[in-house]
Amino acid sequence: MTALTDDTLPMTPRAMRDEMIVFVVMALLLAAVPFTGVYPFFVMQALCFALLACAFNLLIGYGGLLSFGHAMFMGTAGYCSAHALKVWALPPELGVLVGIAAAFGLSLITGYISIRRQGIYFSMITLALSQLLYFIYVQAPFTHGEDGIQGIPQGHMFGVLDLSKPTVLYYVVLVGFLAGFLLIYRIINSPFGEVLKSIRENEPRAISLGYRTDQYKFLAFVLSGTLAGFAGALKVFVAQNASLTDVHWSMSGEVVLMTLVGGLGTIFGPVVGAFAIIAMQQYLAGFGQWVTVIQGSIFVVCVLTFRRGVVGEIAHYFRRSL
Amino acid sequence: MQALYAQLLVGLINGSFYALLSLGLAVIFGMLNIINFAHGALYMMGAFVAYFLLNLGGINYWWALLLAPIIVGIFGMILERTMLQWLTGLDHLYGLLLTFGIALIVQGVFQNYFGSSGLPYAIPDQLRGGMNLGFMFLPVYRGWVVIFSLVVCIATWFLIEKTRLGAYLRAATENPTLVRAFGINVPRMITLTYGLGVGLAALAGVLSAPINQVRPLMGADLIIVVFAVVVIGGMGSIMGSIITGFALGVIEGLTKYFYPEASNTVVFVLMVLVLLVKPTGLTGRAA
Repeated sequence: MTALTDDTLPMTPRAMRDEMIVFVVMALLLAAVPFTGVYPFFVMQALCFALLACAFNLLIGYGGLLSFGHAMFMGTAGYCSAHALKVWALPPELGVLVGIAAAFGLSLITGYISIRRQGIYFSMITLALSQLLYFIYVQAPFTHGEDGIQGIPQGHMFGVLDLSKPTVLYYVVLVGFLAGFLLIYRIINSPFGEVLKSIRENEPRAISLGYRTDQYKFLAFVLSGTLAGFAGALKVFVAQNASLTDVHWSMSGEVVLMTLVGGLGTIFGPVVGAFAIIAMQQYLAGFGQWVTVIQGSIFVVCVLTFRRGVVGEIAHYFRRSL
Repeated sequence: MQALYAQLLVGLINGSFYALLSLGLAVIFGMLNIINFAHGALYMMGAFVAYFLLNLGGINYWWALLLAPIIVGIFGMILERTMLQWLTGLDHLYGLLLTFGIALIVQGVFQNYFGSSGLPYAIPDQLRGGMNLGFMFLPVYRGWVVIFSLVVCIATWFLIEKTRLGAYLRAATENPTLVRAFGINVPRMITLTYGLGVGLAALAGVLSAPINQVRPLMGADLIIVVFAVVVIGGMGSIMGSIITGFALGVIEGLTKYFYPEASNTVVFVLMVLVLLVKPTGLTGRAA
């Protein structure tokens, strides 16, 4: 079995400097969006999915675990945040926390069940678990079934930031995204992240070195699920609703696609992939079901010819880690 | 009581589809080491081919039962030759992703031309009507589906476990290089195996066409339940897939009678319970 990714380059100061430069450029570009003509709602939506894809990538790109049910964390956090904001009338910051806590609890349970199997079995179990949750949410009263939770109040974050103003909301979402991104970057470059990579490369060897690999994978799963929940909670403020589409397994497939297009196991890949896929859906919306066909074709092309993804190919060409 | 028997029958029928599909998945997984995510889409194609044969070619159900699996099987073999074979030696997750992409393409194309609503497919004349068994009324077609799938499952089991061809196949799964050294064309066997697995899916599609409507997404929802069936049974043995498939169909049917709210989730709940007790699945070998 060959490795999923291609970042065998050592973590040198130069690599670190490269990554920080790219990060600063990305942050500046995103911060400039309200001053350009770009539709901010589109960018906000893409940022939420980018964070979700980064969280997903933490698991597959660095842990080698393909979760095919990651939408369940985003969807669950979305429903719980939406419920907390609308029914309990909590302020936004607490609403986000409720969503994160829900995703944390869910990832503890689902991680405990699924981490015991490897490879495709792991993927199928996460997929089945997310479908189980989907059916529960179809029937549960608090999700309002097909209607979803609509018209969520945006409120004032920390009592001062008026989220109903698009620019304020945009910067709140951007700060949330950047914070989540930096946290994931920090996790990847920590000793924990190094152990995770060694498990991805050669699990038996990691075990023989004395690491309890199941515990590392479990922790990675919980971190990834919780961060995916953070993305879901942010998305509630952008979309002002929580619906079944966010928990359906086709959403999990989209997250996989975003990460694959951008580059599995690259730091910036999921962000690029998320923007590419969301832009595609935005501009190809008129093609109806052909969008599915196009997405399927991208899957096929990526897997057959382009496994490193956009960022992975660029990084490979310049022999840098990105 | 009538309702209970009726639900049991529905369960047995769904179990037939689960068994046929998870059997095909197991055969493909054994040879190609790929979880065929396109299985649901190919099941749907089987039903559509039967529909086309009848409505465009005037070819009846009985011929469809033979022709649809062959046509879809050939389509599968083309997929294997043009795409899947390039993934040999790569992480098996790529196989999952590639077949997922294929499923999206196939379903998207059918949705474009046929929308999401269902097309009717008439029960063949010979299998219309029903029998009064005393304790319940058995529609002939439904009884036929259960018995016919059982026969196909047993035949597949016999082919793989008891014949020389099956022995080659099992040997090639264990050690392709060695089998190749004996002068057996392993790549061709892989292609044929994929065709066989796909044919089983298409056959399930033809069987289901008169019961369920022919819809582009008929396989998309089913395949996830089948994945859960596979996780519960493990893919250690062919017989394991067959028994687990039927058993879970029946359990689902019973749930529909005693506690309908849980009928959609019972298979998944069972999966969780089995995994907690026995992480490798009921008949599974360690991954």
